[in-house]
Amino acid sequence: MDDSQNLESVDVLTGAPPSRKFRVHLRYLRFLRTYPIFSVVILSTLVFAAVTASWIAPFPERYGQLRDRHAEPAIFGGEGGHLLGADSVGRDIYSRLLFGARVSLIIAVGTILIAGSFGTTLGLISGWYGGWIDEAIMRLVDAMNAIPVILVALVLAVAVGQSFWLLLGILSVGLWPGFARQVRAETLSLKERDYVDMAKVGGASTGRILYRHILPGLFSTVVVVSTNLVGTVILAEAGLSFLGVGVPPPTPSWGGMIADGRLYLTDAWWVSAFPGIAIGLTVTSLVFLGDWLRDHLDPRLRQLE
Amino acid sequence: MLSFLRKRLITSLIAVFIVTVVIFVLARLQGDPRTLYTDENLSKETYDALGAELGLDKPLVYQYFIFIRKVAVGDLGKSIHQHLPVFDIVLARLPATAKLAAAGFLFSVAVGVPLGVLSAVKRGSGWDLAGRMFAVLGHALPSFWIAIMMIFIISVKLDLLPTSRDGGFDHFILPSIALGWAAAGGQMRLVRSAMLEVLDSQYVMLARAKGVTKESVIFKHALRNAILAPLTFAGLTLGGLITGAIITETVFAWPGLGLLAINAVTSSDYAVLQGVMIFITFFYLFVSFAVDMIYAWADPRIRYG
Repeated sequence: MDDSQNLESVDVLTGAPPSRKFRVHLRYLRFLRTYPIFSVVILSTLVFAAVTASWIAPFPERYGQLRDRHAEPAIFGGEGGHLLGADSVGRDIYSRLLFGARVSLIIAVGTILIAGSFGTTLGLISGWYGGWIDEAIMRLVDAMNAIPVILVALVLAVAVGQSFWLLLGILSVGLWPGFARQVRAETLSLKERDYVDMAKVGGASTGRILYRHILPGLFSTVVVVSTNLVGTVILAEAGLSFLGVGVPPPTPSWGGMIADGRLYLTDAWWVSAFPGIAIGLTVTSLVFLGDWLRDHLDPRLRQLE
Repeated sequence: MLSFLRKRLITSLIAVFIVTVVIFVLARLQGDPRTLYTDENLSKETYDALGAELGLDKPLVYQYFIFIRKVAVGDLGKSIHQHLPVFDIVLARLPATAKLAAAGFLFSVAVGVPLGVLSAVKRGSGWDLAGRMFAVLGHALPSFWIAIMMIFIISVKLDLLPTSRDGGFDHFILPSIALGWAAAGGQMRLVRSAMLEVLDSQYVMLARAKGVTKESVIFKHALRNAILAPLTFAGLTLGGLITGAIITETVFAWPGLGLLAINAVTSSDYAVLQGVMIFITFFYLFVSFAVDMIYAWADPRIRYG
């Protein structure tokens, strides 16, 4: 997205350095860029919440007290002991956010694992063999762009009913082309390296070359792509849950919570507001972390943008 | 140019093939269509005759081609609820979605391009920082959440703009912001990096050295080249806008294809859903083909490359 030398920058046209007041801000920014503190704090909180939700949540996530219906958030002076308020059936928003983090995380990790291994394998094959195999796989990758994944999810929900595994499958189908494209590009450059020729001369089998010599070189690409796509998965899961075809209720999911609050917006804006902020914070941290990883793992990518 | 066209054609065919196979297989998973409009004490002969009439006695592959032939002539079956041909229902809804997607695209260009130029020209300044935050937030916050919060603040609390349905210009404002924000962020980033690249180039330096004014360099020398960058990704942006429209429509009760699809999910109207899916796929393929043609026309490197 942006390159680190931006922060040292001068006005491109006049050559004037940034004002003194702004330079102070820049120093903080440079610090944040050197160490992705914001991302690490937010994401480790998320992982902590997801793992310990069963113990740290103050209220049950699936049941509520009707007398707590639309209880105001305690942080805004509400009474009833609900930190972030309660929804239309009196369920505690804070507890549901913690459990929602678990759902988002499981879906995100699962999708990245499935889509990542499938996409990486196809990208590797495509880049290594070239020719008609490459042509076929890349046309398939292009074609995937034209397929409305959200609509496929809707159709599937009607045809076979919604489920956790279906969601995982749909998201993986939508995501693998992203991996395949990047891995192919990286493989194309790796296979021209001298050490690959050496391995060939040394009599290594194709499988061994791919596994021992190419695959490790793809590591940084896969990590960067994964980080960027985790955000996409979380957003897509939220969108599908919002439409009612994501994680089946009563399991709390952030997208589903936003949908719940939509009908009672004038009475209880907090039901929709907080899950959206949670999604926003998570995805923003992932974007920053992705940029940081790209800058540090793969300096060549930095120059491309 | 010819190889470019051939690639597009193959990609489109694969996309159409995948979508139709998915629809066909899922339709068959729904069960034997004969059970839908016959009762149980049906004689074996009538049952078989009905099967022959519907082509169910033929092998699956043959049935698939019957399905394709029907789709090709616009026969998408009838809606179970509205008792009208699906083709007519879907066609009636297409303009609303197209208008919404176009409005979202216009918003994304109108906001993204100037912000990108500003960010690049004032690199490292507060403008740049604000512009990049805008881009990250557009990506990180779910569009439906932005939509709901805008409705709450702008329509409900401040009572400034209408919340729903197709109508005059004021009806377009909130939906196009909700839909176009993420795309605007993407455009901004593309324009920014393209502008930075051009501003670093030698001919810009030469122009400055000759004494050409700053404004003239920015708008005549740099912007003309940088403006091609968003076009490169216009196909992807449009794909995002069309799928995004499905979600945005449900929030704003916008009478387009997305709302139609969601209502079809709630009423299990499979025929309508498959109609929407086929339409959106074709719509996307058509539009992205048109965009690529414009791009090839605008950038000779594509035409002759």
